[in-house]
Amino acid sequence: MRDKVVDFAGSDAFLTDKEMAEMEPVVHVPTCMGAVVVAYNLDGVKELKLTGEVVADIFAGKIRMWNDERLTALNPGVALPAEAIIPVFRSDGSGTTFIFTDYLAKVSPMWKEKFGAGKSVNFPSGQAAKGNPGVAGVISQTKNSIGYVGSEYAFAQKIPYAIIQNARGEFVLPTAESISAAAAGTIPADTRTSITNADAAGAYPISAFTWIIIYKEQNYSGRSKEQAEATLDLLQYILSDEVQNITSEVHYAPLPAKAKELSMENLKAVTYDGVAILQ
Amino acid sequence: MNDKLYRIILFVAALIVPIVCGGVVYALVTDAYDAFEHFGFLNFLTSSQWSYTAGNEQYGALPFITGTLMTALLALVFCIPFSLPVALFVGEYFRGTKVASVLSTVTDLLAGIPSIIYGLWGFFTLRPILMALDISPQGSGVLTASLVLAIMIIPYVASLSAEFIKMVPNDLKEGAYSLGATRAEVIRKIIFPVAGSGIFSSYVLAIGRALGETMTVTMLIGNTNNIPDSIQSTGNSMASIIANQFGEADDLRLSSLIAIGLVLFLITALINMIGKMMIKRARIV
Repeated sequence: MRDKVVDFAGSDAFLTDKEMAEMEPVVHVPTCMGAVVVAYNLDGVKELKLTGEVVADIFAGKIRMWNDERLTALNPGVALPAEAIIPVFRSDGSGTTFIFTDYLAKVSPMWKEKFGAGKSVNFPSGQAAKGNPGVAGVISQTKNSIGYVGSEYAFAQKIPYAIIQNARGEFVLPTAESISAAAAGTIPADTRTSITNADAAGAYPISAFTWIIIYKEQNYSGRSKEQAEATLDLLQYILSDEVQNITSEVHYAPLPAKAKELSMENLKAVTYDGVAILQ
Repeated sequence: MNDKLYRIILFVAALIVPIVCGGVVYALVTDAYDAFEHFGFLNFLTSSQWSYTAGNEQYGALPFITGTLMTALLALVFCIPFSLPVALFVGEYFRGTKVASVLSTVTDLLAGIPSIIYGLWGFFTLRPILMALDISPQGSGVLTASLVLAIMIIPYVASLSAEFIKMVPNDLKEGAYSLGATRAEVIRKIIFPVAGSGIFSSYVLAIGRALGETMTVTMLIGNTNNIPDSIQSTGNSMASIIANQFGEADDLRLSSLIAIGLVLFLITALINMIGKMMIKRARIV
């Protein structure tokens, strides 16, 4: 994208102000919604409730045992084993890590100070694997492990994942509905926003947009007007109801109406040789 | 005329290889320069920090150098009890028989298996076994990676050592037998001393392969950026950290990864050189 060799780029993390400053103007188009789920592998445990702070403490290595009293207090009646917790995280830089740590930094001051949010974070304990399939694979193969995985992989592979407490105090299971509910709050015009820990009823707290990023001025690197129009056609198609309804079938979640409206507005600002492409 | 043309073709072909090699070194050095300049060459090699904290990025190669050397050396230790008997079987005891040729073909087949297959086997078969036996509670780690690496290098060591064992002059062996030596004595007193440095060199060359192995190690070592404190603990090798992080790296991290690549290149070159020297000595004897 930065080298101007592609038509568009997909990302789970929006560009930072610094990255934006180093590039020509771009437009962020949210295409659908996804979430990061906290998947686990515990014999006989069908339902696991967690709060953001507890998740942060597990990944910070502060809660080390499954029968820690903070875990048993959240999960009365669940037989948690007296075994060490094995955290699993991503070994490669990733938007999934960004969304997950962005959430942890919001709910845990300790996490924000010690580890922060980013595509790569210095996790202090556990083991790492490459890509969502790698992490999902390690979790499903390792007893007493816990890790974070893109919802689309967790839903598709049917590995168990935790119910997380949201900003309103509700315990929410990640589903297409609860993920879409997280975008119910205010969204800035350029859609560059983190919606983790959203203050909305029924919202799953580790939800996020996933964006396609295009250049605002489409005439670059000798691209033809047809190419620019085709790119916008594709994006409009992605935003259409037809495609949005498919998202939940492929284990993502549809955009709420407001995000779609904003995206359509933003697409109208895209130009070729300074002339708006969409009339 | 034909002869001249032939010479020119040979000369050009021979020239291309050093040029490519030189180009690789040149590219590695120029791209790694930033990291060395920022952290200092020695400090980069001896720092165990690998921290992404924006504004205070710290990248050091020590955890990965340790991880690489640990996995490669352990793999070597694990492969000895399998590769040496195979070499003796093929090169001495059953030399020239059908069984020996079947065995050596099967061993050579191991070399043809792609490393991703070894990785998958390690992940889905070996790792659960190690966890079930409580040898390694979290499954992944230096030990798991080394065990699979050991299997991967057996064919190289076994076939090369077998060649050196076959090279031991018959006169020496026959002389020993005529003095009443048993087979075990011939192996201990004749074959090992004569073929010893050759056998040793085959192990050294095998390390070269183990050092650079990427896919298998990435799948099994646990990918944590710290110095492994025991053979069960997780770590990262030089090849696996590059494979893990190259995709999303830029600026200083990218340069640090390339610097690690350069260090890996140098270590591998050094070990191969030692191996070659040992082979030369083996020929003289």
